[in-house]
Amino acid sequence: MAEFTNERRVISVIVMNESSVLARVTALFAGRGYNIESLTVAPIPSSNMSHITIATNGSAKVMEQITKQLHKLIPVYKVIEHEEMVEKEMVLVKFPIAENLSDISALCATYNGGIVNVGTEMVIAQVADEPKRIKHFIEAAQRYNPCEIVRGGVVAIER
Amino acid sequence: MQMSGAQMVCEAIIAEGVKTVFGYPGGAIMHVYDEIYKQDGFEHILNRHEQAAVHAADGYARATGEVGVAMVTSGPGFTNAVTGLATAYMDSIPLVVISGQVPLSLIGTDGFQEIDAVGISRPCTKHNFLVRTLEELPRVLKEAFYIARSGRPGPVLVDIPKDITVDIGKFVYPDSVDIPSYKPTYKGNKRQIEKAVEAIKTAKKPLLYIGGGVVLSNASDLVRKLAEKTQIPAVETLMARGVMGAKNPLLLGMLGMHGNYASNMAMSETDLVISLGARFDDRVTGKLSEFAKYADIIHVDIDAANIGKLVDVDYPIVGDITQVLEKMAPLLDDVDTDRYNAWREILKRYNELHPQSYVDSDKVIKPQWVIERIGELAGEDAIITSDVGQHQMWAAQHYPFDRPRQWISSGGLGTMGFGFPAAIGVKRAFPEKTVINITGDGSILMNMQELVTAAEYEIPVINVILNNHFLGMVRQWQTFFYEKRYSETDLTFQPNFKALAEACGGIGYDVETKEEFDAALQDAIKQDKVCFMNVSTNRFENVLPMVPSGGALFNMMLPSTTENNGEVE
Repeated sequence: MAEFTNERRVISVIVMNESSVLARVTALFAGRGYNIESLTVAPIPSSNMSHITIATNGSAKVMEQITKQLHKLIPVYKVIEHEEMVEKEMVLVKFPIAENLSDISALCATYNGGIVNVGTEMVIAQVADEPKRIKHFIEAAQRYNPCEIVRGGVVAIER
Repeated sequence: MQMSGAQMVCEAIIAEGVKTVFGYPGGAIMHVYDEIYKQDGFEHILNRHEQAAVHAADGYARATGEVGVAMVTSGPGFTNAVTGLATAYMDSIPLVVISGQVPLSLIGTDGFQEIDAVGISRPCTKHNFLVRTLEELPRVLKEAFYIARSGRPGPVLVDIPKDITVDIGKFVYPDSVDIPSYKPTYKGNKRQIEKAVEAIKTAKKPLLYIGGGVVLSNASDLVRKLAEKTQIPAVETLMARGVMGAKNPLLLGMLGMHGNYASNMAMSETDLVISLGARFDDRVTGKLSEFAKYADIIHVDIDAANIGKLVDVDYPIVGDITQVLEKMAPLLDDVDTDRYNAWREILKRYNELHPQSYVDSDKVIKPQWVIERIGELAGEDAIITSDVGQHQMWAAQHYPFDRPRQWISSGGLGTMGFGFPAAIGVKRAFPEKTVINITGDGSILMNMQELVTAAEYEIPVINVILNNHFLGMVRQWQTFFYEKRYSETDLTFQPNFKALAEACGGIGYDVETKEEFDAALQDAIKQDKVCFMNVSTNRFENVLPMVPSGGALFNMMLPSTTENNGEVE
């Protein structure tokens, strides 16, 4: 039955930009036993609000509760359970400079990115793409011996 | 007007019309207490423990329907208050609790009596504030009261650093609040209400399932009228006792783990649950998959998150019960009450088959008898508070509650030690009424220091201790489910309750017989002093009926079928 299967969902939570609002949101997830797969937060330009994007998973019933419980928090202005969205995630990867840079560069280009910094021992590549493709990119990048991988978490916008 | 932050706190309390504040001073809140000393807009009751102060404010709020206010200091003052906050949170009671905090410059340094109050109280308050500037203090106080009483009510904590209470600034108390992210829904959706009405008209076995939300919404009269108009039978949750009135022929009783037979059978067989301000708590539903198995469900609740949380709902209506029922009632003018005749007849027979009953005794005092007797002697006018355990269930089962806010009990959190301080708050709000805390020999010790408070302020609360020398409810579970291994529940070692009350400036009664009980209660009602009435009751009495934890509502242990059914041992 669909309502019991765990599904990945992305939620946008628009909150008043005040102290400890993020703590309220994350404490709600922790306290009620909901999962957070990734979380990003930043102020919404020219407003007194912030946009929190949470990737989570749960059954339809759990998702409904998450949305309603978030809504109950006093500083939560709006909760958007994304259906039709454009979803992007950024990742930064550090490679040894001895690796084949043109291969790395080509790989990054395939995934909407490129080399953004070159040092004496390392190069840093940046890629921004759909979360699923980011996963593929990270798998593909393994053969170039990445020293460090930093994922940025999901941001999403409803189409 | 220029004034200190401490003065602003007092001015806000006065502006909100609060007459009584319960609290306990300490270092971080001292400036506010200095201003309390100077003002005469409200009285302050010095409870002897912060937990009791919050429970007293809670009792005050439950009895009056207004926001209760408590004040505590930082650190341990605040942590002692947490149980009070959580108790109020679980039962949706409007409170504003003001706590002192270390000065802003010390926050985060592990200062003396510093604790992260907003962090700790986040999951047990409706909202909380750490005040960061003097400028925002008036707005925060205004919002705190507004949030506490609006929507689904609840406790709000305002944590104020000490330096902000010292600073001087301009005070203008706002007339209104504007929180763009907080807009409670009061009006029910018209279309959903119409659909629900249709469901009521086509149902054969509808049942009103009444919860504490009806009390909070002051909707009891509307609910009674609805029941009368439609002739639909009703069951009440623990929190809703008094809504229908004990004499109401449509009231079946309380449902749930210790609900009566007819109520639990009604819920098991109904084809339409009309849930008004109830939240399908596990102590009410028993095994969820068997709960109201054959019914469609109408769920009216001001909190959307309650709807569909535990059971699937067919007719969700988010809104205030009062407003929803005002819209719903006229649509039911043409309801055919004969439709439900057969249903009422079945329930009547269930009630005759297994009425709420107990076996009385001439040898020992039965706790149920005490409850009934209080009902007879204290009259409909008394307000009853309780602690938590067997005595609470017996009170809920057997007291003839006649109106809402007459029964004040910690339902959701189940806080032992709630009843006595809550009774102090109730009595302060209604000094002319008899206020009786029905308690047990376990619970009463959890806030017995309040004897001193009640004696000092001459708050004549009557504590009826149903003394079975056990933590009775746990003992009952041990009897039924743990093969009578009475692990840490034997309370044979006890204080001399009579002497204890007297030592604190109150009156004590030792009661061994029914005659002594009558005499003691009649005397206590006339006295202007707090009392402990130590009533020896049958040691092994059990609360029945009982639905074992996790069982289906219709599988009840009944007095007639249960071994050890409370016979004298």
